[in-house]
Amino acid sequence: MGLFNRLKAGLQKTRSNLLGRLGELFSRSQFDDDFYDELEEILIGADVGVETTLEVVEKLRTQVKAAKVTEAAQVMEILKKQLLELLGNERKPIELAAEKPTVILVLGVNGVGKTTTIGKLASLFQAQGKKVMLAAGDTFRAAAIEQLEIWASRSKSELVKHQQGADPSAVLFDGVNAAMARGCDILLCDTAGRLHNKTNLMEELKKVLRVIGKALPGAPHEILLVLDATTGQNALAQARVFNEVAPLTGVVLTKLDGTAKGGIVIAVARELKVPVKYIGVGEGIEDLQPFDPAAYVDGLLAQE
Amino acid sequence: MIFESLSSKLQATFKRLRGKGKLTEKDVSAALREVRLALLEADVNFKVVKDFVSKVKERALGSDVLASLTPGQMVIKIVNEELTKLMGEKAAKLNQASQPPTVIMMVGLQGAGKTTSAAKLANLLKKKHHTPLLVAADIYRPAAIKQLQVLGEQLAVPVFQMGQQDPVQTVRAALEHAKKTQHDYVIIDTAGRLHVDEELMDELARMESAVQPQEILLVVDAMTGQDAVNVAQSFKDRLGLTGVVLTKLDGDTRGGAALSVRAVTGAPIKFAATGEKIDAFETFHPDRMASRILGMGDVLSLIEKAEATFDEEKARELEQKMRSQQFTLEDFLEQMQQLKKMGPLNQLMEMMPGMGGMGKKLKGMNVDEKQFARTEAIIKSMTKKERLNPAIINSSRRKRIAAGSGTSVQDVNSLLKQFSTMQKMIKQLSKLEKGKFKGRGKFPFM
Repeated sequence: MGLFNRLKAGLQKTRSNLLGRLGELFSRSQFDDDFYDELEEILIGADVGVETTLEVVEKLRTQVKAAKVTEAAQVMEILKKQLLELLGNERKPIELAAEKPTVILVLGVNGVGKTTTIGKLASLFQAQGKKVMLAAGDTFRAAAIEQLEIWASRSKSELVKHQQGADPSAVLFDGVNAAMARGCDILLCDTAGRLHNKTNLMEELKKVLRVIGKALPGAPHEILLVLDATTGQNALAQARVFNEVAPLTGVVLTKLDGTAKGGIVIAVARELKVPVKYIGVGEGIEDLQPFDPAAYVDGLLAQE
Repeated sequence: MIFESLSSKLQATFKRLRGKGKLTEKDVSAALREVRLALLEADVNFKVVKDFVSKVKERALGSDVLASLTPGQMVIKIVNEELTKLMGEKAAKLNQASQPPTVIMMVGLQGAGKTTSAAKLANLLKKKHHTPLLVAADIYRPAAIKQLQVLGEQLAVPVFQMGQQDPVQTVRAALEHAKKTQHDYVIIDTAGRLHVDEELMDELARMESAVQPQEILLVVDAMTGQDAVNVAQSFKDRLGLTGVVLTKLDGDTRGGAALSVRAVTGAPIKFAATGEKIDAFETFHPDRMASRILGMGDVLSLIEKAEATFDEEKARELEQKMRSQQFTLEDFLEQMQQLKKMGPLNQLMEMMPGMGGMGKKLKGMNVDEKQFARTEAIIKSMTKKERLNPAIINSSRRKRIAAGSGTSVQDVNSLLKQFSTMQKMIKQLSKLEKGKFKGRGKFPFM
């Protein structure tokens, strides 16, 4: 399957689930309160969140009224434009640092798919001819290191690891130094899943950042937060707190191949202005794709 | 105590209604709008919310406002009762096989916490003197078997595995093995899968018919959003779900998914996972979840925890002392040790109403367990005489205490200052509340 098809297939469920109701909704001739109420439900049902939804719908209502729009297609266009404004119009790929290695730190709460995302990112960069190294910074979860090891061999990347229970900062410090010594283009740093309300774990993260910065000034160049598309409003709280501790440069939205729509990224982008960079649409090593905001919004609101 | 956002919003809605005897349709509609938003913000599925709100409305219309309550509180009371009813009223137990072993299958999406929950459940059973066997049937995720093995080793619970073989074969063999080796529980860790993945869902169904489990527990991440209903529905359609395990409840999510899943499956939530430690796994109390979803804190849990750990005798003694204003550093130390027995402080804080959502505001008064230990060390470095009468602690004594506890004189100073403020507060309190101190004496810190 080609890249585009995989994206399409991944978003297909998003689409088909929304399609029925939206199609019906937009075939109405009247844009009355019922219309807006139902649109509200659809957006909330996609995990966009109450606050963001109310704002979007309210704005749509005013704009539709002001522009005296009567065509369903036009209303849809206005809605899409609004969502895209919130999400950011452009694709924002990972930018490599001027001098190698580019250090990428991957964060998130437990079970969102950090290690898997790293494995997929590694093979993505590998395919671009980059020399990639992985650093096993999740020293907490049982067998997390072994899991990364398997991804390293699948993606033909190098690996730096310590024992389970080791200090993650030490592992990543070694990782940065090894990546420099071996002339790697990219270092991907795995971290243990941590709930954002655990102060001690967030403190540990601060230390990780300090130590990486010490090993290589300017690093980490990218700090990616992995969000699970099935997560609801708590994802916003996660993004907020992680962003405070470690200024995020991007979001990776995983598990979009289910029926979840991951609408919370709209709320995240609206509040924190952090762009979504990649989406995960399957278990395969190639099932990670650059995020295309327009395609996502289309998928969310598709009317075939 | 302070009810959080929903309550305060409701109170505001009802401000002008004080003194009303009955709830009218208009009042109820206004209130239920807030309830609806609160539930949606808590990630309860919008369809579930719709049904729920109409049910509450029916009941609330025309209800008498109880003398002791305001209309707002009355609505909350009804909402809370209905929520509890929907969540299930009592904690549900594990089904038992008429002849051991009892087979438990853990199923769910990727990353929900199946493997960890399987190990935690094994630990819980082992503590109750059972002999569980863990079965590694996740042949897809890299190192998943290894993860279960490591956990099994930590718990000294055997782990049955047959590598990357067909998991249906594995579980069948595991059951035979358990019978032979007299394990009374078999806990099967299955691979995480998407509910729309026909092939893997079919694999689960085949496992079910191969081992005929007494329990199939759907493991659900408490942070799940609107999609929880789709997931639960698909699993329910394919398998005979008997219960739900709600994980990551130690996060700050409201956990509305619990309600969605419950409404869709009708299966009771049997366990809650509440932390990274292996024993952070407990029987689920539906009634308490209702308050959490509404943002009312988990007062009940807190009270129970406190009661379990606080030594009645000591509490009474302490109360006596406080009332007679003889609260010394010695008592302070004792109280701190009691508190520590109740578990990590930040968890306790979160259970208090109004605290859960205040994560940010609380940052200033960050509860630092290390600070706790430092304070303990300082007090322990004092002589008995000093503890009973801190006034005698002069500068040379301060130096000695600091050296003895590995802290600085400033630390000692600030502790003494804190203590004297506390003493003053207690004096004022006991003056203020002399009459009604009884019920609260147990929690001078609240």
